[in-house]
Amino acid sequence: MEKAVSDEIIRVEDLYLNFYTYEGVVKALDGVSLDIKRGEILGVVGETGCGKSVTSLSILKIVVPPGKIEGGRIKFNVKGKTYNILEFNEPTMSRVRGRYISMVFQEPRAALNPVYSVGDQIGEVFYLHRKEEIIKAVIEQLKREIETAKGFRKRVSRLYLSLYEGMLKNPKSLRVRLASKVPIVRRFRNLMKKEVRKRTVELLRTLRIPDPERVVDMYPHELSGGMAQRCVIAMALVANPILLIADEPTTNLDVTVQAQILVLIRELQKKFGSTILYITHDLGVVAELCDRVAVMYAGNVVEIADVMTLFKEPLHPYTQGLLESIPRPGKPFTSIPGVVPSLINPPPGCRFNERCKYAMDICWKQKPPLVEADKEHYVACHLYSGGK
Amino acid sequence: MENLITIENLKKYFPIYGGVLKRKVAEVKAVDGVNLNIYKGECFGVVGESGCGKTTLGKTIIRLLTPNSGHIFYQTPREIVEAIKYLEKNDPKSKALKYLLREYDIAYLRGRRLKKLRRFMQIVFQDPTTSLDPRMLVKDIVAEPLVAQGIAKGKEAEDRVVKVLEMVGLSRTHLYRYPHEFSGGQRQRIAVARAIITNPEFIVLDEPTSSVDVSVRAQLLNLFQDLQKELGLTYMFISHDLSVVECISHRVAVMYLGKIVEFAETGELYKSPLHPYAKALFASIPIPDPTRRRERAPLSGEVPSPVNPPSGCRFHPRCELAMDICKRQEPPLVDVGGGHFVACYAIAKKE
Repeated sequence: MEKAVSDEIIRVEDLYLNFYTYEGVVKALDGVSLDIKRGEILGVVGETGCGKSVTSLSILKIVVPPGKIEGGRIKFNVKGKTYNILEFNEPTMSRVRGRYISMVFQEPRAALNPVYSVGDQIGEVFYLHRKEEIIKAVIEQLKREIETAKGFRKRVSRLYLSLYEGMLKNPKSLRVRLASKVPIVRRFRNLMKKEVRKRTVELLRTLRIPDPERVVDMYPHELSGGMAQRCVIAMALVANPILLIADEPTTNLDVTVQAQILVLIRELQKKFGSTILYITHDLGVVAELCDRVAVMYAGNVVEIADVMTLFKEPLHPYTQGLLESIPRPGKPFTSIPGVVPSLINPPPGCRFNERCKYAMDICWKQKPPLVEADKEHYVACHLYSGGK
Repeated sequence: MENLITIENLKKYFPIYGGVLKRKVAEVKAVDGVNLNIYKGECFGVVGESGCGKTTLGKTIIRLLTPNSGHIFYQTPREIVEAIKYLEKNDPKSKALKYLLREYDIAYLRGRRLKKLRRFMQIVFQDPTTSLDPRMLVKDIVAEPLVAQGIAKGKEAEDRVVKVLEMVGLSRTHLYRYPHEFSGGQRQRIAVARAIITNPEFIVLDEPTSSVDVSVRAQLLNLFQDLQKELGLTYMFISHDLSVVECISHRVAVMYLGKIVEFAETGELYKSPLHPYAKALFASIPIPDPTRRRERAPLSGEVPSPVNPPSGCRFHPRCELAMDICKRQEPPLVDVGGGHFVACYAIAKKE
């Protein structure tokens, strides 16, 4: 634990990750380094299989076998201190997930549980990460009730109040546990349920979901793709996380719905000041939304720059190829020759060497480091690392 | 220009069965009254959101689906189409009309005549992993249309297979392989080879580039353009990727809930879309240029269900120009000049 000095929230350093499959060891991440600054939207772009999703999964430490993180550090700055996420144990990690870092996945229908209503699923996050706040709100409400109520109601409210106060002190105390089991007495928990529901509805309303009182009781299959994705975003925002990871949240949606979601994300970012790691393969979305961009290719970050700089003066040959392959009317379609190399047997040196038109001898021998070619413009290419 | 395909008021409804007796309880109006004509040698783009019926339209035109009503004319002289229209209006029960429809309308063809027609109309599906049989060799996959049509078999078929494989950028070495041994882009090339082997005139490309990466997409689009020039093909290019359609199509139609709301030449449509839905659709394409980032007001609401589409103009609940008449009456497709057709009362009034 060292004192944090910069405005970085996450700094991924030299991350290595392998998948151990029957065909061989897939070297999915090969020394990935990137940083996420407070309050920015960092876009990560790359083709299928370049490791952009796996990087985000590593930040949340939810890489499942056969995948394994082989080395590197993920520095996490929170409350003025720096931690290494990879050293966290599982209980600590489950407190981090959702509260400090949360994630929105590509397929909203798969991210939602089909047998629980949307309200239940969002409510669960409230119970997990904001329970104290809710109990405090209920206590306030009960105190107000005791002042006005009379007779039996007053006595009931007093009992409830003492139970909630006990819950705040020690949620696992015998008294609270017992009261939660006994019929009728158990009803004291309904106050908490109501409070959670109220907050869920409010949250859905800020996400521009029409008629939120009705939507909280709906099941995922009753929602359209856009609505379901909004609910997933709501779930991710419950605890007001420091970092929100969005893994291609609009890929399966239509363009008009995508436009709605993008506007929403930008608004939320302004409103809550959260930091967003936005993973996508669509350069159009990156240009519309992001502040900085990291380009990934075959398990490496090849270029990081400000969005304006990247689109105006891309340095890495792969980024240049990627930008040229955007279809523009009146121009012939250009593409990058060749295919992405197999990550089981990647070529030596720079992994882009086979497809690169500027490839030199050194590109086959040595892996180019990520160097600062211009101010705040990092690139991993031998063309620029030689002081050019 | 010569019409290759003319479609008159085409409708395709899918029944929904329900209740204990599994009787028809409702219909999904996937394609609901579409009129259009496709010129010979052009690439006709169809854009729209998912569920707007663009794929159903493509499949119905090449008769993979049988329409509920409407006509499809394939390579029919304009005079005959006019004659049929005239007869339908004035003498719908005449024998002449019946004869003409039986002879020229391919919407209800069956049996041998339909099979013969299939030779000239082919399709390339969205996802090559599911449209190629995993247990067949490439040589058998590509030769299948030849065998099914009785055009060629054996050695002769193989020669033709090699020829088309070379046309799509594959080679003789790929003949004895299975689809899983290829990358996504190559698989799509196999699907294209299978489509062009019978020397068709018309090919429906149903989102052929949506399952491949950006860099491969450009290679495929180049292939489509080269083939079109070489073989004089006519395409119907269905896609939700508006920027791809802009680059490859000559004319583009915008669909919304089973109807064509606007169609025009590509340049014209992308420069000045008139229909409020088309406008919103084009405004929501993310532009890959950060200097042109704009504050936009996205289209509010969602696409209504095609089981129970709104009355009148189907876009009226989400339209900011909606008037009284829009709720009551369906707007017809009207020409606003230069082959630019729009189905909107507000626009028609302005013009």
